[in-house]
This record gives sequence, C-alpha cells and structure tokens, in this order.
Amino acid sequence: MYSQALNTKDTAAADASPDADRFQARIDAEERIEPNDWMPEAYRRTLIRQISQHAHSEVVGMLPEGNWITRAPSLRRKAALLAKVQDEGGHGLYLYSAAETLGVSREELTDQLLSGRAKYSSIFNYPTLSWADIGTIGWLVDGAAIMNQIPLCRCSFGPYARAMIRVCREESFHQRQGYEIMLTLCRGTPEQKAMAQDALNRWWWPCLMMFGPPDTESAHSDTSMRWKIKRFTNDALRQKFVDATVPQGQFLGLTFPDPELRLDEASGHWQFGTIDWDEFRRVLAGNGPCNRDRLTARQKAHAEGAWVRDAALAHAAKQQRKAA
Amino acid sequence: MATTSITIDETPRIRSFLALADDALILGHRTSEWTGHAPTLEEELALANIALDLIGQARALYQATGYAEDALAYLRDPPQFRNALIAELPNGDFAFTIARLFLVSAASDLFWRGAMGATDPDLAAIAAKAEKETAYHVRHAAEWLIRLGDGTDESHRRAQEALDTLWPYTGEITASVDREAWLAVVAPILARATLAQPAESWMQAGGREGRHTEYLGHLLAEMQILPRSYPGAAW
Ligand SMILES: [Fe+2]
Ligand SMILES: [Fe+2]
Repeated sequence: MYSQALNTKDTAAADASPDADRFQARIDAEERIEPNDWMPEAYRRTLIRQISQHAHSEVVGMLPEGNWITRAPSLRRKAALLAKVQDEGGHGLYLYSAAETLGVSREELTDQLLSGRAKYSSIFNYPTLSWADIGTIGWLVDGAAIMNQIPLCRCSFGPYARAMIRVCREESFHQRQGYEIMLTLCRGTPEQKAMAQDALNRWWWPCLMMFGPPDTESAHSDTSMRWKIKRFTNDALRQKFVDATVPQGQFLGLTFPDPELRLDEASGHWQFGTIDWDEFRRVLAGNGPCNRDRLTARQKAHAEGAWVRDAALAHAAKQQRKAA
Repeated sequence: MATTSITIDETPRIRSFLALADDALILGHRTSEWTGHAPTLEEELALANIALDLIGQARALYQATGYAEDALAYLRDPPQFRNALIAELPNGDFAFTIARLFLVSAASDLFWRGAMGATDPDLAAIAAKAEKETAYHVRHAAEWLIRLGDGTDESHRRAQEALDTLWPYTGEITASVDREAWLAVVAPILARATLAQPAESWMQAGGREGRHTEYLGHLLAEMQILPRSYPGAAW
C-alpha cells in the first residue's frame, strides 16, 4: 500500500562541506541521486527510514485485505483481490530492494519491523469487518497512497523514484477496482448499500490521517522538501485527496461522516472538520484496534518459517559443497 | 426469486468438468490461505500466483459447463462437490502444503498434457493453458520438496511425515491418469529429496462421489458465506 508521513524526528545537521554544497546543487538542478553517489548521512538515514516504513506498510497491508480472500463473494472478486494483495507484496519487495541500495540489509529491516521498532502506516491497524471494507480500502487507502506517491515518482533518490513509477501504476488499478466494488454495492440491495456506508464511516477519518500530522506539527518536512524527497506538505496532499474523493463519494450516493464538510465556493476546495489527532497518536503509539494482531501475525509467520529458511540454507550449502 | 441452491444435471461431461474444477478451486482456496503468512515474502508471492492459476482454471472449467461459475462455487453443498479429498485437507505446515502441491500437480500435469489433444474443444483449450501453469507448479513444489527433504533434520522429518500422511490420498488424483507414469515423475524427486517413497497400500476415496472429509464443510461455510447470507445479491 504505501508510506505515511510519520512524525519521527530527524535532525539534519547543517552540513556545510563542499560535498554537501555540490549535493544540494545537484538536487536543485533536479538531478537524480544514485546509490553510489556521495550523499549526506542524514539524507541516507531519512531515506532508509522512509523507504523501509513504506515497504513494511505494503507487507503489513497484506493482512487486512488477506482477511477477505477466502470469503470474497464471487470468483472474479476473489481472483482480483488475491492479485491485488500479491501486488502489495511485490511493492514490498521492490521497496526493500531500493532500501538495500542504501546499505541496509533486508534482515535488519525485517528485524526492526518484528521487534516493533519500525513503523508502518497506521491505517493497517484498523480491522476489515465487511466485504465493503475491501472496496473502501481500494478506493480510499490506495487512493490516498496514489496522492502521496505520485510526487515520489520525482523523488531525488533514483531507486525510490523508479520503484514508485511502477508501484503507482498498480495502485491506480487497485483504486479503480476498489471504487468499482463500492459502485456495485451502492447500486445493490439496501443491505449492500448500508455495508458500503458503514465502511466509509469507519475508514474516512483514518484515511485522512494517512497524510500525517498537520504542517504546523510536522518536524522534518522542511529538510525533506529541500532534498526533494517530499514535494508537497502533508496538508496540501490531504486537501488534494479530499477534493478528489468527495465528488466520488457523492456519485456513489454515500454520506461522509463529517457534518462540517462543505465546498468553499471561493477557493473551490472542500473544507473538512477537525481530525482527531489524539486517535492518530494513540494508534501510532501501538494502541489501535489491530496493532497487536498485525505484529503478532508477522512475527508468527516469521517464526514458523524459520525451519523452512534454515532448510533452504542447509540445502544450498550442501549443493555448494558438492559442486566444490 | 433469489436462489440459495442449484440443481445440476450431471451428465458425464459435466461431472468430469466439475471434478477438475473443484480440485482446482479447493486447492486454490487452501493455497490462498497462506497469503500474509508464508515463510518468506518471495514464497508469499509464488503461492499467491499458484492460487491464482488454480482459481483461474476452476473458472474456465465451470464456465465450460454452461452453468454460472458463481452458482457452482457458492451454491452447492459439500456432497455436490466432486473434488479429490487431498485438495480439501487443511494446509498443515509448509512441508505438508508443498508435498501436497507436488503430488497433486504432478498428476494434474499428466492429465492436462493428455487433455491437450481432447476432442472436446473446451477441454483442449483449457488444457493448453493449464498445462503450462501446472508444469510450473510441479517445478516450484519439487524444488521446495528437495530443499526440505535434503535440508535439515527437522525439515526432513516434516517432509517425510507430510508425504506419509498424504500418500493414501493420492489414489483419487491418479485415477484419471496412469499411476505408473505419475510414479515415474514423483519417484526421482523423492529420491533427490532423500525421502522414502511410502508403500502402495490402501487408498482413501469418496470425494468424486461427494463423500468428503470433515474439513470441506468448514471450508465451504467460509467461502460461501456472503452469497448464502444475501441470496440474489450481485457483488
Ligand atoms: Fe502497494
Ligand atoms: Fe495497492
């Protein structure tokens, strides 16, 4: 799925070396930075953190949607959902590879996730309770991912930018597929329509939180912007998302769970109510509905797979000895 | 009037298509249960791919019966399912999943290869695609089975246990192919995996007649819940 702007602190030491000047000049000239190029340590650290969080989000994101594969209501939907969840795993793989170009191993990153030290998008700490949640995740969560990731296709770090181009193509497909599920439900029976409305009610606010804390509180946006890792602020992306999404929801005949939502004629933007940032911080800190379940599921898969990975290594070693 | 069940006129052709389709759907369902829980991310993707192939094969076969694919998948009761028992057994550990995938795919691949020359044009067309997919499933499962059998003591023990448990269920899947030809595919892989080939003895059966294990009812209860709970709804 995607990375969320997380409120982690990174103090970019003001580096005034000639290397740093040349680096910034390259960034300003919209050149791509490649893994073997000189880069400030803080740039490297920021990217490792962001790319690995993004990779973890893709992998953890397989769980809430995976929850409905065995219960998908038609064979066509089942195949589409399975393919989508597989795509998300593929995104995780490219992103881990992109992070590895920065000199960190996948084992290390996996370990950070499983030990709870690494973050992933908190949207995946919410449960998928009905089939409509699968439509809503495609429509809104993949939709928010696209808003965040389109600018990342022009990120200054080459491997991340290139990974995003491929990922974005697939996310747009997921988004259309999700919206189509919603459309089918909204044109279906009253029970199906109610299912769709209930899902929107539960997912809308958490989706707005996906863009991260408001600009007034976002600690490291400035540095990321200067390095062209980030091109728009959290609030700007959030507004773009709301503006694009509200008409889609209206077309479905659904009501957004926000009594303050209204079109501001002057600016052409949809104004929305206040986001519950306490909830955001609480879920980020580990106290969301599914944080424990998600982490436990990943830990369990890893632990139960240990003998399998050991067997593969042992077999490879035997083969190597035979060949020698 | 919303339907909650389906009555099928099971001609021999339809019956044989249902047996193939149900094998693919039920094994695809089991394989899809690994999503999010596989031993490595790469294997996660490979298993999802295999599950997708199997579900795709099931759909093509259901469609060729003239009945609606979703009615066949979602509105039949366990006794109307024609899959081999081996497909519905729970996944167990990774060794069990891989050993089953290998044994079943080796039989399916032989079947599809023969069916490519079938006079039934639907069957021949499905076989042409399914054979390529199944050949990959055989390769993938065989590579893993060799790694597991030859890997560590623990992986060897698990793989052997899986093989011993599964063997009595292989009679049904080789009924439509030459068992000797199947053994000729299976035996060399078991040898490379340093696994003992279980003795040929009594075989479990009943799936083709709709007499299933206790597991199928649970699997279908989960799979069919939405269409059964909301009769007539389109999804
Ligand atoms: Fe994704
Ligand atoms: Fe996606």
